[in-house]
Amino acid sequence: MKLNRRTFLGTTVAASATLAAPMVLGDGHGKPRVVVIGGGAGGATAARYIAKDSKGAVDVTLIEPTRTYYTCFFSNLYLGGFKEMNDLGHSYGGLAASGVNVVHDWAVGVDRDTKTVTLAGGAQIKYDKLILSPGIDFVDMSVPGWDVTTQNAMPHAYKAGSQTELLKAQLMAMPEGGVFAMVAPPNPYRCPPGPYERISMVAHYLKNNNPTAKIIVADPKPKFSKMGLFQEGWANHYEGMVDWIGEDFGGGNVSVDASAMTVTIDGEETKVDVCNVIPAMKAGRIADIAGVTDGNWAPVNAADMSTKADPDVYVLGDASQQGDMPKSGFSANSQAKVCANAVRGALTGSKVFPAKFSNTCWSLIAADDGVKVGATYEATPDKIAKVDGFISQTGESADVRKATYQESEGWYSGITADMLG
Amino acid sequence: MTRCTWVLSTVAAALIGASANAGEFGDPEAGAKVYSQCKGCHQVGAGAIHRIGPHLNGLFGRPAAGLEDFKYSKSFQRAGASGLEWHAETLDAFLENPRSYASGTRMSYRGLKDEADRKNVIAYLRTFSDDPANIPEADPTATPTDHDIDPAILAIQGDPEYGEYLSSECTTCHQASGGDDGIPSIVYWPEDEFVVAMHAYKNKQRQHPVMQMIAGRLNDEEIAALAAYFKNLDN
Repeated sequence: MKLNRRTFLGTTVAASATLAAPMVLGDGHGKPRVVVIGGGAGGATAARYIAKDSKGAVDVTLIEPTRTYYTCFFSNLYLGGFKEMNDLGHSYGGLAASGVNVVHDWAVGVDRDTKTVTLAGGAQIKYDKLILSPGIDFVDMSVPGWDVTTQNAMPHAYKAGSQTELLKAQLMAMPEGGVFAMVAPPNPYRCPPGPYERISMVAHYLKNNNPTAKIIVADPKPKFSKMGLFQEGWANHYEGMVDWIGEDFGGGNVSVDASAMTVTIDGEETKVDVCNVIPAMKAGRIADIAGVTDGNWAPVNAADMSTKADPDVYVLGDASQQGDMPKSGFSANSQAKVCANAVRGALTGSKVFPAKFSNTCWSLIAADDGVKVGATYEATPDKIAKVDGFISQTGESADVRKATYQESEGWYSGITADMLG
Repeated sequence: MTRCTWVLSTVAAALIGASANAGEFGDPEAGAKVYSQCKGCHQVGAGAIHRIGPHLNGLFGRPAAGLEDFKYSKSFQRAGASGLEWHAETLDAFLENPRSYASGTRMSYRGLKDEADRKNVIAYLRTFSDDPANIPEADPTATPTDHDIDPAILAIQGDPEYGEYLSSECTTCHQASGGDDGIPSIVYWPEDEFVVAMHAYKNKQRQHPVMQMIAGRLNDEEIAALAAYFKNLDN
């Protein structure tokens, strides 16, 4: 549809009028209140944009237990030796400076009738609009033999921080010619190329430090994100090192024994030195507690990321079930801006613009060998629907791949500044 | 490092550079070729005006951030206020590694590592300053745009408020502060440059898959809105 400015303004004024009609204000304070739970790519961005754009007209509180945010994106580059852990850590000081009230605590309860969030410390916080961006948790027993009590023997390293450091330490301690195993997750999961970038980074480390070591991947999927690009890269850089066992060869029929350090794939038991188990995923627990999930994820409306269960509760990023967007930090950041615009409009009557979403995922295969995949999306009545996309090509020149990697570094600086100020 | 020590150290570096690089002058004709890397953003010669970067006429002897009608980075505003002037020596040090010389510059350029290239391009720029001894006035060299565009599109007045909302899609990668680590800065561009560049991506004349995709679904009004917003962005 061709939209000129006049018709466009007409429709948005109409849309914002309906949204603004039931204007909600805080408890006699005069200021509407937004509570955001989870300070990652979705929550931090939403909190910052609402605070920044409302210029103090909305009270924004962010609940986030950790004081340093370690980005899950780029954490594979730490495993490969391209980044230090410190490079991935960010403080919440910039958000506080943007006017967000940052509370370091766990949210343990949500009462949607009284519109109250309860913190582990006992405090209760009222909201007019609640934004949940809790990321992921793991599905119990999705990999037989693995649960959180065995996560130190077999780390998931799929929430960045101590788990990532543990996996790196185990990688570095591998005996010469040892075996690194990964149990890859079923769809849908956080960061579709993530497990395969991780394989690349582990292979890069081993090639330089333990070149006779092997990597086996048990994968319940028949194919994966950027598969052609990764397989080309593994053949070029790490020939003979990576053994990917997909669904066709029983990669989904897998169990582990953390005390014996064995992995059994399609009935065949293998002793391994490191085992990175990335289990099936579901929405972070607070979404369940709030009662906005249906199955593993929280269904949302594409136009503003409000949940199907409650128009005053929004879910962003990995935890949401929104349609075609991959679960990525970029997606969460993109969804957060649409949500922030809608929430601010509903609370202050500011103009609400139509939703636009985009995502790009960069992955590093080896030094200066970067690839990317991306797409744009729009809101439809049913879901967030893909509009257009692109992917790096196999056989690209070294210059293109290097530029792609440099671009990913630029994006990292950009998105962290965009999220956290 | 505080601002004061930063400025002092850059001035000191410039002075050290002065003694190290004193010597023969470069070749302005060879410099004109090197300048082709610069002219996408900087005009020079008769009729030159500010584009993405300031025009470079009368550069020699001018204080850094010395033109009132160009919006300079804060780094250069501070450096200029502290006495940095453009001469062969200071330009040489800046061009060798712009980011290290002025950490907050919005100039998206990695630097000119070859010393002879630097000497030559500085000699070329010298021809566009006052009293360029023994050098005739040169023709304008810069071309304002790299692609034709319908004047009706350029004439659209963008809505900066809509541009601000749309800009949030840009700032996931392009930093609002003007930082350009691996991804170019897009702040304070002249509106027509911005519009031409976006339409060149939209029409797939400029090659970049992400930008072709992003620009590809922006209509003329939206591109104008973004141009209007980024032109006056105050961070």
